[in-house]
Amino acid sequence: MSERVATLSIRTPEGVLFSQLLAGPVTRFLAWSIDFVVVFSVVYLVQILVTLLTLLSPGVFEALGVLLFFAISIGYAMVLEWYWRGQTLGKRILRLRVVDAEGLHLKPGQIIVRNVLRFVDMLPAFYMVGGLAVFLSRKAQRLGDLAANTVVIRMPKLSEPNLARILSDKYNSLRDYPHLEGRLRQRVNPVEAAVALQALNRRDTLDDEARLELFHDIAEHFKRKVPFPDEVVRDIADEQYVQNVVEIIYRPRRPQT
Amino acid sequence: MILDLERFIAAEGAYWSELESMLDQLESGTTSRWSLTELQRFHYLYERASAGLAKLATASAEPTTRRFLESLVARAYSEIHETRQRQHRLKPLTWLLHTLPQTFRRHVGAFRLSVYITIAGALFGGFAVTFDPEAKEALVPGQFRHLMDNPADRVAQEEAAGAGLTPDGMTSFSAQLMTNNIGVSLKAIALGMTYGLGTILLLFYNGIILGLVMGDYLLAGQGVFLAGWLLPHGSVEIPAILIGGQAGLMIASALLGRGERRPLGHRLRRLIPDLVTLIGGIVLLLIWAGIVEAFFSQLHAPILPYEVKIAFGSMQLVLLFLYLTRCGRRTESAPAQP
Repeated sequence: MSERVATLSIRTPEGVLFSQLLAGPVTRFLAWSIDFVVVFSVVYLVQILVTLLTLLSPGVFEALGVLLFFAISIGYAMVLEWYWRGQTLGKRILRLRVVDAEGLHLKPGQIIVRNVLRFVDMLPAFYMVGGLAVFLSRKAQRLGDLAANTVVIRMPKLSEPNLARILSDKYNSLRDYPHLEGRLRQRVNPVEAAVALQALNRRDTLDDEARLELFHDIAEHFKRKVPFPDEVVRDIADEQYVQNVVEIIYRPRRPQT
Repeated sequence: MILDLERFIAAEGAYWSELESMLDQLESGTTSRWSLTELQRFHYLYERASAGLAKLATASAEPTTRRFLESLVARAYSEIHETRQRQHRLKPLTWLLHTLPQTFRRHVGAFRLSVYITIAGALFGGFAVTFDPEAKEALVPGQFRHLMDNPADRVAQEEAAGAGLTPDGMTSFSAQLMTNNIGVSLKAIALGMTYGLGTILLLFYNGIILGLVMGDYLLAGQGVFLAGWLLPHGSVEIPAILIGGQAGLMIASALLGRGERRPLGHRLRRLIPDLVTLIGGIVLLLIWAGIVEAFFSQLHAPILPYEVKIAFGSMQLVLLFLYLTRCGRRTESAPAQP
């Protein structure tokens, strides 16, 4: 079994490395379930329509029904992935997208091949072969993806970063000690800083007890790293302390003008 | 070192927004053609965002900004670094008269193998029905139950029924045949991903059914009926399924990569245009075969003499052979490897 990675990393000719989050088997199965319901509903509606029309000309509309059923079940994903640049309805709802495995444009040929090869991924039932392949392959690819050189990525909703939401312009008592402020910026590494920033970013999603506990742990960590005088630390809540630290790290003192 | 993130975002944010809006324009297809200045600007913004990402990756682990920049760089990268040939406007005649037969010939080795496997299956089926009449019951699947009858009885029934199906019935039957055969061919292609094992089994099994039916009818002295019934549609349908097998075996060959030093992804990627061409050809052939089978093959003597049906089927087979082996030779480039 090849080693699985959660991201698709691509190094550009300029030497810049960027990565995209790969979709796992469960999310993909959910997207497929939505698509299955959509295809089933459309086919069902078409069948009703065709049944009504067969009263006019039985053979012709029966043939039309057979052809439409085939075209919808085979063509649904092909047409939508082409039209929506790698997304079907299910993938769109779950924010998934089919992309070229080398980060390039998704070509119509790739869409056709990955969808034709669904036949083998669906074997013996409920995409067992495909699901197993996604689980075992390094880039979470089903067999159709492997042949078409595509991957399915997750696209969490991203907006331009807004630090103002986290960092306030209020008085920061830690800044009264410039030498300790400098030491803090020197000793805290990027990972620790990112943890603190993420905690502030997500604090509203935590319940009260977890929030208190989390900020207590982070504040204690920073206090051990660079001890500030007691009279400063004593009156600040842990969450406020972490916010002050993050402010110092990400928003260094501006030269006075 | 940890970046002064606020200052960094304040300085770069406007460039990111500009790049994002240019990418939105590109992706929505609302822009027809950019001027050189716009292209240069786009490239500049991409390089600036890339540089920002590189700086962020080394100087700060702040994930939200990094992910945002990564998504911008990824989108711009796919627009800028796409070197594969752009899709030309589809020219159906060129595709039909040149691309399809040339593609077939480029991989004729896989087609031959597909033919040999089917012949092996047919021989097996023929021998089975000759030496063990019970084999028919064991090997014929449910959908071909009508073949279980005694061939002589079936011929008598078909000839007595005359045209058999009504025109309406023929239309519906034609659609069923098309979808069923296209489904079988697509399966033959897809099963190539089992290193060709599934494709080989499918071709062999199809061969068994074919050999079994042929053996059964020949043993019953109904060779003329069989040729008249099978040739008109079979002369197109069977080659189409064999081309499906050819495509499946091409995939298997790329997976095995014997004598190839290029990585698997590259081998498969190179195969995609040829696979798509063959899939298109198969669909066309099977649509035609479905029409012929429903509207022509099911008409028997005395309404339609067997000589006419056999002549039609034979002519079709010869034409298909000439089309696949001769068409588009003038524009063919130097022979590529199979």
